[in-house]
Amino acid sequence: MTGPFSLARFSPLRKSAHWPDRSFRWMALLAVAAIIGLIGLVGWQLYSGSRLAVEKFGFSFLTSTKWDPVSDEFGALPFIFGTLVSSLIALIIAVPLGIATALFLTEMAPQKMRQPAIMVIEMLAAVPSVIFGLWGIFVLIPWLRDHLFQWLRDTLGFLPFFQGPIYGVSMLAGGIIVAIMILPIVTAISREILRSVPKLQREAAYALGATHWEVIRIAVLGYAQRGLFGAAVLGLGRALGETMAVTMVIGNRPEIKASLFAPGYTLASVIANEFTEATSDVYLNSLFELGLVLFALTILVNAAAQLMLRRLAGSGPGKVAG
Amino acid sequence: MKKILALAAWAALTASVCSAQMLINGAGASFPQPLYTKWFSAYAQVDRSVRFNYQGIGSGGGQKQILAETVDFGASDGPMSDENLAKAPRPLWHIPTVAGAVVICYNLPGQPKLKLEGGTIARIFLGKITKWNDAAITAQNPGMELPDREILVVHRSDGSGTSYIFTDYLSAVDQEWAEKVGKNTAVKWPVGLGGKGNAGVTGQIQQSPGAIGYVELAYAKQNHLPYAAVKNAAGHYVEPSIASVTAALASATVHDDFRFSMVNAPGAEAYPIAGATWLLVYGQQKNPAKGQKLVEFLQWAFTKGETMAAALDYAPLPADLQARVLKQVQAIKY
Repeated sequence: MTGPFSLARFSPLRKSAHWPDRSFRWMALLAVAAIIGLIGLVGWQLYSGSRLAVEKFGFSFLTSTKWDPVSDEFGALPFIFGTLVSSLIALIIAVPLGIATALFLTEMAPQKMRQPAIMVIEMLAAVPSVIFGLWGIFVLIPWLRDHLFQWLRDTLGFLPFFQGPIYGVSMLAGGIIVAIMILPIVTAISREILRSVPKLQREAAYALGATHWEVIRIAVLGYAQRGLFGAAVLGLGRALGETMAVTMVIGNRPEIKASLFAPGYTLASVIANEFTEATSDVYLNSLFELGLVLFALTILVNAAAQLMLRRLAGSGPGKVAG
Repeated sequence: MKKILALAAWAALTASVCSAQMLINGAGASFPQPLYTKWFSAYAQVDRSVRFNYQGIGSGGGQKQILAETVDFGASDGPMSDENLAKAPRPLWHIPTVAGAVVICYNLPGQPKLKLEGGTIARIFLGKITKWNDAAITAQNPGMELPDREILVVHRSDGSGTSYIFTDYLSAVDQEWAEKVGKNTAVKWPVGLGGKGNAGVTGQIQQSPGAIGYVELAYAKQNHLPYAAVKNAAGHYVEPSIASVTAALASATVHDDFRFSMVNAPGAEAYPIAGATWLLVYGQQKNPAKGQKLVEFLQWAFTKGETMAAALDYAPLPADLQARVLKQVQAIKY
């Protein structure tokens, strides 16, 4: 960071003749410090709340698959696995769908259709999580069990992901619910990114004789790829922490299975499920440690995404979302 | 103008009366919350000088908050462990209020009325019995046509008093369950799927032919689910009902500290899968005024309040236990 946007220019310590400038800088700094302080506080609280479990289980907490409140033995691995897999499924479904929707809305849809379509998608974001969960239990799950899952097993059954008994509630159902829930945010951000692609880009491509599809592929998507990646990362952030709807359809079984038809469990779900009735100290501390693991996982995933963004930066121009 | 002034004065007066009202806070078990809410609203007509505020945050939270003395009374669906009780700054008393039954629900063609005994239920939930036409099940249901279908076990995924009562029962009737799984508000289930709350479990059962699970009696009745008659310790198959739960309470051994388990009670009419719920109150109240109001309320609860329980599908305490609890309540010092 050099040049006109150097940090020193905005430092409140810098001498300035105008007191409103100075006080505004202090206020802005305070806001930043408050956010960083809050994150630090959450991390510290989670750590201090989980100290007993950290001392008792040490590193094995992350590698153990046992979760037994009766004998006070706890391990986080099945929950970490479930969180990552369900979020991954959600991304695989929601990102292409979200970007395609955004492309349609910015590049192809007739002007009259855009605003109503956007409103409908944004309404999805306003539906409470528990409603998605109930709809999942009573509408989505029976349909998945009787149609989609049967079809998947018949056609892709040679893969280990689509084998075994079909209960309906499953890791795949959890992923699909999360996909629906992160779709609005992925679509909305993608749309903003695509709208910010300069008209000049498109016109230049057309001038070179590109077809409509080529313009979208090269001029629009090529230009916007970093931003779209950012949209996916924000979607992932939401997916990792999604709780209520997931727990209602994922089957809540702390096991690691290759089959996506098998039930799973996520970090956020088990905390929500078991926190209120946990009475022993080690039990409570272990639930806190799951929170710490989720916290660390979210930071890790975001950091990895930032790194990937930097590498992407070399391959083409673009804007970063958020 | 005068009218407005008078109105304002009246408003100010009622506001000051409201603020002068004593507030007694409680928190804990969510299972008895509908009854407690009803009690508190009914008691507001009896004594206008006190207001009760109850939050159904779960038994774990209730135990923690009363130990930390951030509430005036706690509530729990399971008795506190010795370990947790030892953390109390002063003697902390268990006051049983009502009991509830846990029923075995299932989804079978024609919704037949099943009879089951404890060992069979334990082996289904252990994953040892996997088919509905298993000899163990058909032997208890002579003349009934049971399908050659896989049993799908559904249990609660959230920690709950319902799971505590159910696993307490299985531990009491089955050695293997006691050793392998044990009892708690949440356990390591050998098989099955987890449903969130009573609604999640019923939803799962209703959606999956061949499923079996457990829910609270009130929930099963309100949703018209079929449930099994369970063989009790005296050898009779008993339907879950308010009367059969009260019968279980009457025949259960209740210790003087009122921490007791009433599963598999010996009475001939007793339904075996049932449990009580408790209020947690300090024997020596810190705040004399609040303590007095709390004792007055509890006395009302164990005389008038208990009669409201059955309408909400909770089993009231039998008369002799009611008398014992009332004596304990009167011994609270303030």
